[in-house]
Amino acid sequence: MMQSANKMDMVSKLQKDILGLQGFRTVTQSQHTDFGLGVIERSFPNGVFPTGAVHELVSHGRQDAAATSGFIAAILGKTIRQGGLGIWISQKRTIFPPALKFFGVDPDRIIFIDVKNEKDLMWIVEECLKCKALTAVVAELKEISLTESRRLQLAVEQSRVTGLMHRMNPATINNTACTARWQVRSLASEPQDGMPGVGFYQWHVQLLKVRNGHSGSWVVQYKPGQFNHMQKPATRMDRQLLKTG
Amino acid sequence: MSKRYAAIWFKHLLTDQRIVRRPELKDKAFVIAAVQRGRMVITAASVTAQKRGVKTGMVLADARAIAPALEVIDHKPDLEKKLLLVIAEWCIRYSPIVALDLPDGLILDITGCVHLWGGEPAYLKDINQRLAVQGYQVRSTIADTVGCAWANSRYGRIKAIIEPDGSKEALSVMPPQALRLDDSILERLEKLGFYQIGHFMDMPRTVLRRRFGQQLLIRLDQALGFAAEQIEPVRPVEPYQERLPCLEPIRTAKGIEIALQNLLEALCKRLVKEGLGIRKAVFKAYRMDGSPQQIEIGTHSASSNISHLFKLFQLKIVRLRPDLGFELFILEAPVVEQISQDAMMLWNISGSNDQAEIAELLDRLISRGGPDIVNRYLPAQHYWPERSIKLAGSLVEKPEFGWPVAHPRPISLLHVPQLIDVTAPVPDYPPMLFRYQGQVHNVIRADGPERIEQEWWIQQGLHRDYYIIEDQNGARYWIFRLGHYGAHEHPKWFIHGFFS
Repeated sequence: MMQSANKMDMVSKLQKDILGLQGFRTVTQSQHTDFGLGVIERSFPNGVFPTGAVHELVSHGRQDAAATSGFIAAILGKTIRQGGLGIWISQKRTIFPPALKFFGVDPDRIIFIDVKNEKDLMWIVEECLKCKALTAVVAELKEISLTESRRLQLAVEQSRVTGLMHRMNPATINNTACTARWQVRSLASEPQDGMPGVGFYQWHVQLLKVRNGHSGSWVVQYKPGQFNHMQKPATRMDRQLLKTG
Repeated sequence: MSKRYAAIWFKHLLTDQRIVRRPELKDKAFVIAAVQRGRMVITAASVTAQKRGVKTGMVLADARAIAPALEVIDHKPDLEKKLLLVIAEWCIRYSPIVALDLPDGLILDITGCVHLWGGEPAYLKDINQRLAVQGYQVRSTIADTVGCAWANSRYGRIKAIIEPDGSKEALSVMPPQALRLDDSILERLEKLGFYQIGHFMDMPRTVLRRRFGQQLLIRLDQALGFAAEQIEPVRPVEPYQERLPCLEPIRTAKGIEIALQNLLEALCKRLVKEGLGIRKAVFKAYRMDGSPQQIEIGTHSASSNISHLFKLFQLKIVRLRPDLGFELFILEAPVVEQISQDAMMLWNISGSNDQAEIAELLDRLISRGGPDIVNRYLPAQHYWPERSIKLAGSLVEKPEFGWPVAHPRPISLLHVPQLIDVTAPVPDYPPMLFRYQGQVHNVIRADGPERIEQEWWIQQGLHRDYYIIEDQNGARYWIFRLGHYGAHEHPKWFIHGFFS
């Protein structure tokens, strides 16, 4: 009995060591940012949304791309809430800066990089992820190879920048070294109390892959809080009935 | 060795400059006029205008009466000074000490310089000729003192060069104006019948001082060489430039990097001392076969950080083609700026180090991807969606007012609205279905309309009625109708954006 308890301790200790080696850091209570993601956060190791990691978000088609951009903006709103600075890299940018304000991001805190030459894209993404002074880097790209994703992961392990790679219309979903792979689709909104018109945004958020965590699928509603009070959590993700994973 | 001075008098400095700029003015009567006490007063008149009787100091209306076809050019304040400064810097070829003599002359200390031109006559001839080629009519003279040279250039009639110790003789036949005296003293001298300096030059000093004051004596002494006169030489701005000649031709990238590092260290040392930073720098490499090559960098904020500047250049070193090798490297900083300390505190991010780090990151991105890849936006006071944002001029610029949140805006906006086919009930209901890119979308829910009027003072056109709509798949769009339905009008519908 004693031996088995020791074994369990040892295993859990080893698991923690592995997490550390893989670039996860145990976040102390003061550094902890409440993402308000609710149950989704429980899917991650230690139950904390991993900042300082590279996330991959896959979208097919324009509408899903818009939903994914919205989800990214909501995460940005949480990460750069304490006065950070973000960079949004894209080749053909369609993001409309004023809309970011609805997700709790001050659009003037985002620097948009409009890459003209596709060859420069990866170099720029890596260079930005290496910059410690930034809080988050969003990149809109199509393909990302395993080697490239490893390089990005190594860059953020040094700099602790949160990288959000939005893959638009990828040909194949290949294996990457990213911490998590998401897919966000838009769902029909549900106006409250039978009100007419379009209600709050609803998304079908899938966590397809997460390192050392559990994948899952949720329906969430994004409800902009009162933007006058930034302390108030701006997002409220609700676990809904639809659950497939 | 006794001192020698040259004085250059520009007879028509301002009008000559206008003719150099606009050769068609050459034989025209034109004047330069400025507003003085509510009237236009002539500050300079061209030779042709002067022949017709127009004089400096005349009121423009009077001059027009004499010469109706007079062309008038506005006077630019301080133009003489700027012009003389440029000419003075050019004149450093003749002597290292060149001083401005406002409003229309230069003084050169030519002691020990003239033998290089083969004597004083040849020296003056060279000055006159070269300035004449540039379009300036001058009279230049040489004398022992500043005062005497000045007097001779303006009032001398006989000879341009006054031999050593000939000042007294030369001055004695000149009018008192040649001594650079105040008008009141000149008036008194004239009243007493002193038409030439020789008339009063040898009078007892006490008498002169009592009647005309100290200034006359000082000017007289200065012109005769009894009192020293200081001139303030112009100092040309030393360009921010470093040179590195090489003993052996440099062919390798590593070699070029070492050269660059050395030049940057030398240049930044000077910049740091002066509290300046580089905004733009050019690295020139001269090949053995004489073909110059150059790479250029620009920075977001003034920087004198060697490693950062080096990194910016390093990205571009591959563009140099050494071939047989470079034998000379030159690093220039054409644009330098004060390094500002207060610019460090934008966006209250954790510290000024972060600030510099981001600026350096952006510099690297720009040098790789092109100058206009970095964009930052601020809200603009327009409802029209395309005009509702403006580019921030700098990274430190903050929004003047908050971002508007009253009306929802789509996260993804098309650069140009695209035409869609709709089935919509008139007059102002959202469509029931629409076709976009060959697909039919049934509208399930809709919000709107939000009418946005065209700003007539910017652009004429129809208003837009925006609707937020949701189709059967849960996708949300931003569409608008241009104008409204009428008896004969059938407005077009457009899709403009996608909501999350």
